[in-house]
Amino acid sequence: MVDPESGLSLTIARIVQRLQGSSLHSQLERQARVSLHKPEIKLESLKEDIKDFLKTSGWEKKLQNAVYSELNVFPSPCHPAAPPEHMKEPLAYMRKAQGSWEKRILKSLNSMCTELSIPLAQKRPISEQKELLNKWNEMGTDEPDLSLFRPVYAPKDFLEVLMNLRNPNYENGEQPSFRNHLGLIQVPLKVKDIPELKEDFSELGLNIGQLGIDDSAQVPPEFFENEHVRVGQKVLAEQDSAAAQQYVRQGCPTALRADLWALILNISNQPEDILYYEQLKSNVIQHDLLVDSLIYKDVKLTASNDDYYFVFEDYLYQVLLCFSRDTSVLEHFTYSSATPPKSYIRGKLGIEECAVFYPPNGVIPFHGFSMYVAPLCFLYHEPSRLYQIFREMYVRFFFRLHSISSHPSGIVSLCLLFETLLQTHLPQLFYHLREIGAQPLRISFKWMVRAFSGYLATDQLLLLWDRILGYNSLEILAVLAAAVFAFRAVNLMEVTSLAAAEAVLADLSTLKVMPLLQIFLFATVT
Amino acid sequence: MSGAAGPGAPGGTARAPLPCAARAAAALQLGGGADPARPGVAVIDLRFPRGGAADLQEIVFRNFYTAFLSVRVQRASAEGPRKWVTCLRDYRLMPSPHTEEGSQDYFSLFRHQMLCDVDQVTAVRFILRQPSPVWLHFTIEELQIYPPSQKSPQKDFPSWLSQLTPPEQPANLHGELPDPEKVSTEVQQMWVLTEVIRARQAAARIGRFDVDGCYDINLLSYT
Repeated sequence: MVDPESGLSLTIARIVQRLQGSSLHSQLERQARVSLHKPEIKLESLKEDIKDFLKTSGWEKKLQNAVYSELNVFPSPCHPAAPPEHMKEPLAYMRKAQGSWEKRILKSLNSMCTELSIPLAQKRPISEQKELLNKWNEMGTDEPDLSLFRPVYAPKDFLEVLMNLRNPNYENGEQPSFRNHLGLIQVPLKVKDIPELKEDFSELGLNIGQLGIDDSAQVPPEFFENEHVRVGQKVLAEQDSAAAQQYVRQGCPTALRADLWALILNISNQPEDILYYEQLKSNVIQHDLLVDSLIYKDVKLTASNDDYYFVFEDYLYQVLLCFSRDTSVLEHFTYSSATPPKSYIRGKLGIEECAVFYPPNGVIPFHGFSMYVAPLCFLYHEPSRLYQIFREMYVRFFFRLHSISSHPSGIVSLCLLFETLLQTHLPQLFYHLREIGAQPLRISFKWMVRAFSGYLATDQLLLLWDRILGYNSLEILAVLAAAVFAFRAVNLMEVTSLAAAEAVLADLSTLKVMPLLQIFLFATVT
Repeated sequence: MSGAAGPGAPGGTARAPLPCAARAAAALQLGGGADPARPGVAVIDLRFPRGGAADLQEIVFRNFYTAFLSVRVQRASAEGPRKWVTCLRDYRLMPSPHTEEGSQDYFSLFRHQMLCDVDQVTAVRFILRQPSPVWLHFTIEELQIYPPSQKSPQKDFPSWLSQLTPPEQPANLHGELPDPEKVSTEVQQMWVLTEVIRARQAAARIGRFDVDGCYDINLLSYT
């Protein structure tokens, strides 16, 4: 609890400091300097004239968007007495749990190295570098033998960890009591109830036009769609991130989605961004990492087998390999509960100057990781732009789906929100599934960890991700998971085993997400 | 637990907290019954060394599952016995006592939030309440008391920022935003100041992860 005024000053100071180092700053400076030659800039009112110039030439908007993006990504400042780890995660037991989970991952990765006698990283011989460079655009044709590699972990393993998460200061009696949750998650986090969710997601209400509902073939386009598209074009013309974020809450028209998302994420794909991407690419070419094999394996196991995504295999390799080399991703660890793995250059063990993060971006991919990228391939065809959008989506949202934290968009909160919603609104179903040993979270966990990527039809998935961006929150994932159970409630009441329940929910590709969400939130009598 | 050293003070510019001795939280018990019911109320008493008195500016602590906090102080007075005066009543630390929110957060209580004058205080009593029975323990930790000073009211703020938030300013904003004029002048000041900071920092991102061109690694380090 910082007092509000100094909290604001601190936020402002941080944003100013961060923007100072950005290319936007130098661009603004350059523009201001160029404007001096213009006749409308007068010496006596220099400051005001330059300000006016920056406003009319659209540069002020760019600055606004940059500030807005900072505000969206970084949490509000902590109390000044709080240590840095408090910003990562305020609850000590959660930090500890995340720490031991990471240790498990490290051990698993180390033992894989030892078993296969492969180093974590080594320089590629020149001949290999050339070969890789030549087949950069068709890496999918390569069929290396990866049978010995196994994913470091899968969502199932992670769920086991979350189930065992306990607050040591919480009355966890051996006897089941009113204090025990009936679901799998046993930590007492605050999650929203339906009235709160209704308020948060008010734009999804029954009397508000929605893409994903009001653009269906039965509804004449002049009723909602035409006007919505027109507004979308206007938002794009204005180049205003905040307006775009508000707009996508009602869904993006397919033709405008790529640009609107880029506007919200403040990705402009400038020449220096393209250069940066090229640099990452050359880092991939130079260094051979063990995580590359994990990425290969993951793409082969997931996206390459997916009816929608297999065509993007080559894109996925490019993006994910570059991602692993991107040190700018490390920045998100200031507000993530996770800590990047550390290592030392070979032969320099313990020498601090030779300490490095591994992989360079600090993120170890797990089974299904490539599914965070795959849907984006539908929207962006230029690798450097695709890459930047993915990186921004990761450091804003996806990292929360595989780290233990108390954040409302963190996977633990999502699981608890899902279980609580289901238990409150479909108590009979929840009880039934629990009794037959089919805890609902066992089925829905994988959906949420992947943000439903690979489970929904692509158009539906993009409509869902529209809302993630629009509300800057992942809570909608838990709501949708509960809504799916509600939709299949009648069938689920008849099953008698986990396998049968899984079968009922095996194929989500025919579901329409917006009607499900709307009915669950707004049309269910509570 | 209380009175423990706070997070490391950066540089030498930080203010020093007042030396004081806090007793461990004592739970309020009803008439020595055998039933170990959790009372939901605990008290922490704090005194200054050698019976001294101090002016309070800010009280900083880390919460540990306390839902509401009241503070009473005893002030030095020439006549009559010293009386306890309530200067903060049921201040909410956890918005929803059954759940985690605010349970381990850091808090600052400022002079202007107090209901009475907090000069020449000889003793401070913290009354902690936790109506929810789900928590095994509750207390407040890392308790530190700061006197008024010309310097920053916020320890750990970069010193350049301190000039922007004068300590004596009442910051009771009732959730409203501060005067935009004032913010904009502050921002201008900060542009200049951050320039200095930036000059001290390393160059902007260059994206190198290798050490002198080498990134050959065998195993991960556990520490």
